[in-house]
Amino acid sequence: MIEGILIGLSTALSLTNILMVMVGCFAGTIIGMLPGLGPMTAIALMIPITYGFDPSTGLILMAGVYYGAVFGGSTSSILLNAPGIPGTVATAFDGYPMAQQGKAGKALAIAAYSSFAGGTISAIFLLVAAPSLSKVSLAFRSPDYFALMILGLTAISAFSSKGQFLKAMMMVVLGLMLATVGQDSLSDITRFTFNNMNLTDGISFVLIVMATFAMSEALTIIFRGKDPNRAAKQISLTELGSIKVNKEETIKMAKTIPRSSILGFLIGVLPGAGATIASFLAYGMERNYVNEEEKQKFGKGSVHGLSAPETANNAACSGSFVPLLTLGIPGSGTTAVMLGALLGFGIQPGPRLYQTNPEIFWSVIMSMYIGMVVLLILNLPLIPYIARILAVPRNYLIPLILFFSVTGIYLMSFNNFDIFLMIGIAVVATFLRLYDFPMPPLILAFVLGGLMEETLRRSLLISDGSPNFLWDRPITLIILLITITIVGWQIFSTFRKKS
Amino acid sequence: MRISPTKFISLIFLVLSVFYLYTAYNIQVFAFDENAPFNARTFPIYLGWAGIILSSLKIILPEKVTTEVNHKHLDYKSIIYLIIISLIYAAVILKIGYFISTSLFLFASYYFLGERRWGLMFILSFPFVAAFMYLLHGLLNIYLRDPFLKYIGVMG
Repeated sequence: MIEGILIGLSTALSLTNILMVMVGCFAGTIIGMLPGLGPMTAIALMIPITYGFDPSTGLILMAGVYYGAVFGGSTSSILLNAPGIPGTVATAFDGYPMAQQGKAGKALAIAAYSSFAGGTISAIFLLVAAPSLSKVSLAFRSPDYFALMILGLTAISAFSSKGQFLKAMMMVVLGLMLATVGQDSLSDITRFTFNNMNLTDGISFVLIVMATFAMSEALTIIFRGKDPNRAAKQISLTELGSIKVNKEETIKMAKTIPRSSILGFLIGVLPGAGATIASFLAYGMERNYVNEEEKQKFGKGSVHGLSAPETANNAACSGSFVPLLTLGIPGSGTTAVMLGALLGFGIQPGPRLYQTNPEIFWSVIMSMYIGMVVLLILNLPLIPYIARILAVPRNYLIPLILFFSVTGIYLMSFNNFDIFLMIGIAVVATFLRLYDFPMPPLILAFVLGGLMEETLRRSLLISDGSPNFLWDRPITLIILLITITIVGWQIFSTFRKKS
Repeated sequence: MRISPTKFISLIFLVLSVFYLYTAYNIQVFAFDENAPFNARTFPIYLGWAGIILSSLKIILPEKVTTEVNHKHLDYKSIIYLIIISLIYAAVILKIGYFISTSLFLFASYYFLGERRWGLMFILSFPFVAAFMYLLHGLLNIYLRDPFLKYIGVMG
């Protein structure tokens, strides 16, 4: 492990990679700050830039963007009560009241310190957990992987759908359907191409991400007629106040951070859960932990109430890398985008990544520490200036997002069919979003589609076409039972709410 | 009888799933693969059935949470303009090249979204795209196809 850490450090500490972490954190903070644009959009917009880099550098850039976007999301939560991403909704509960009391600078500093601590502590957990889990996951066989992917898709549908499980499952099926377009990987038989040569290689992952996130989010902002920056014009001109945190507040944070980090990391590891659930659970847990006097302050600018979700959402980000790096199965929409980008580099994450590409495995983990430091020392003093980005009018913001989306696709194929297809999918996705059909399950399903068909093929061939493979191995059976429990819980909660 | 938009979308998804399933059953597989436990049809057939079952359930079951969208607050005009500009952009990008088409696309988008500061609109289109192209092509060494700039000798 020491050797791996040293490999990771030497890669992550190269001048290019440090620069990429800084660029990633900075760009992520700016994009994540804009309400409506989350880490998935931020990472998707960065994909064209990563074409010119080696895989380690590309992944380090995207990891930096991820952290930056989560941190940026908290800034708009605190200043505007308009969370940039769902993972920072809970931050607004106490961050915004604090800002209204004239302590916006302090709230941003508490958020930055908590994010730093949460991210750093959970990166240590990742350092310990990932290699161990990599070794365990070598015992996984095709049926286990297939069951695990079913679990991941069910979990993301259950957790990301705001109680609309069926809608999310429909998006999963749509994502898998889109993944089947093109040549079958084994027999080379073309499917669902309708004799269109442009579809023979299938639909590009970047196209789907750009269409369903970057472009569709831009269109949604216009469609809903909402100006994400309207309120920002007032806020960014007001005084943010001091960013100094006093001793009493530091003690409060020191109590909150360890427990929220552990919770956030564990929730992040779970497929489909991620930063949003982690931040809400941490907020709830913190409220139960504190004394009665502190409890009364929740919702009115409590330090505990602000620190807990901020710690947990960053810890969950590190946690979500565990299934990606060790199993090759992303646990969230954001890590699914990263998986797609890695596949684009010709790298298959999974248990063997640890052995075949140790420099990627370790450099990503090491770059997380660097990313955390960059976030703290670069972003915190710059917050009053970065916050002014929120005042960029949508008239400029939206065309630039569309421009980056189209450029990403154009660079990939130099083919206008792909651009037409992207516009078509983006329009459909915009309408689906309007009626709360979630997009992360679609992305995760699209990314996992090929691998899922492959593992199902192997499992069925081994069992001679019998479905016994689903319960023959204890690991498969356990994963399947967890999946059934999640589905059962969704059905139960539906009937409970009705009654 | 009024059908809710969510159920209408589910109905479209049901039709799509039926069509997908029909197409899946018609995928031509090799003769020796016809009766194999798994062939190119198997996974799509499962997906087709899954789509039919899920969309049917969504249509049949009463809605627990209804999604209300106020159409009066939706900006149809701007979005239609943007989509048309994007389609024109996609249609001409290969013919007139990346630089000009992208710069014009940005300029037109700013205009249709209500911007009238001409100087800023210009800076954020032509020079901005040139700088971006320099970043990609000149610094990051990412190939960017532009027949027009190649023709006038700006790009190699």
